[in-house]
Amino acid sequence: MCGAVKGGPSLEGVDVQNQAVIQGVVTRDGQPVGNAYVRLLDRTGEFTAEVPTSATGQFRFFAGPGEWTLRTLAPKAVSVDSPVTAAKGAVAEVAVAV
Amino acid sequence: MSRESALVTADWVEEHLGDPSIVLVEVDEDAEAYDKGHIPGAVKLDWKKDLQDGVRHDFVTKEKLEALLSAKGIGNDDTLVFYGGNNNWFAAYAYWYLKYYGHENLRLLDGGRKKWELDSRELTTDVVDRPATTYTAKDADTSIRAYRDEVIEAIGTKNLIDVRSPDEFAGRLLAPAHLPQEAAQIGGHIPTAGNVPWSKAANDDGTFRSDDELKALYAGAGLDEGKDTIAYCRIGERSSHTWFVLKEILGHDNVKNYDGSWTEYGSLRGVPVALGDEPGVA
Repeated sequence: MCGAVKGGPSLEGVDVQNQAVIQGVVTRDGQPVGNAYVRLLDRTGEFTAEVPTSATGQFRFFAGPGEWTLRTLAPKAVSVDSPVTAAKGAVAEVAVAV
Repeated sequence: MSRESALVTADWVEEHLGDPSIVLVEVDEDAEAYDKGHIPGAVKLDWKKDLQDGVRHDFVTKEKLEALLSAKGIGNDDTLVFYGGNNNWFAAYAYWYLKYYGHENLRLLDGGRKKWELDSRELTTDVVDRPATTYTAKDADTSIRAYRDEVIEAIGTKNLIDVRSPDEFAGRLLAPAHLPQEAAQIGGHIPTAGNVPWSKAANDDGTFRSDDELKALYAGAGLDEGKDTIAYCRIGERSSHTWFVLKEILGHDNVKNYDGSWTEYGSLRGVPVALGDEPGVA
């Protein structure tokens, strides 16, 4: 794998119009991190969902419209919090560096 | 039951790798996770293909479970240590499921697959081949499984714990946010249920919180230890996690998991439903 692809996984086949998608890629020194965990926290900081990253460091959530925080955990790294706003019919892309 | 009798640590598992009487069992929502790498010696159970009937909306029969575990090389006297992704949701589900069918020696790996990965411990793609056994399951233990009629009767009388996220509880979301929005016919929760998201019982790395923290959590949510408790979520996997906390770690007497959960309840005609962040009234 040489370098990280830009953005989250392909949206081919996803009905984006009816979803509030949050997605992105986790990298370390520009390389994708395939064994990270990304948690989606709601506006009160409460856990809503969590996904492991793909081999290419990518992740995706089908959220609801509003303010969210992504908390990324990776081996040998401190957790990273990234605020993000989701809207129905839109794709919020988040790049996370650990 | 107690933390010591129900949970094992990642260090304990590493020390017991290769012990033939201890069988590691990986159970994931993503059934392909095991194939990409698993703890050495672990066998895989597919919560859907292996543990659901496939025709009836229910568990496999006792006879089918016996055939499954025999083929996996699991014996009646083996200690089963479950672990998996999603903070052990499906591993806790399989633990509860095997308890329902009477297996004696069951453990959960604290932190599951995530803790194991975050610790950079060994995963392998080696094929695991255990010699077949003749497994005998017991008759179902219905004292740990709730059905819809009992849940409706429990409104206003028993502890009902909804362990989904606050947005699912309130009816703003119908399913966890990493899954497309397909689920029950309507949103909301069972009236009088307290909302204690399963995640409040776990640390970020997936391990369970301390006994004192767990006791404070459920006491703060108004759980009356003098009453029976029913936990539910969307399809019964996250509520298995909470069932495990209440029954197996804290040792409460009468705790049931309602595995029909919101996908069933939220599709029933004529039953009471509450919307919003408050429990609602009976």
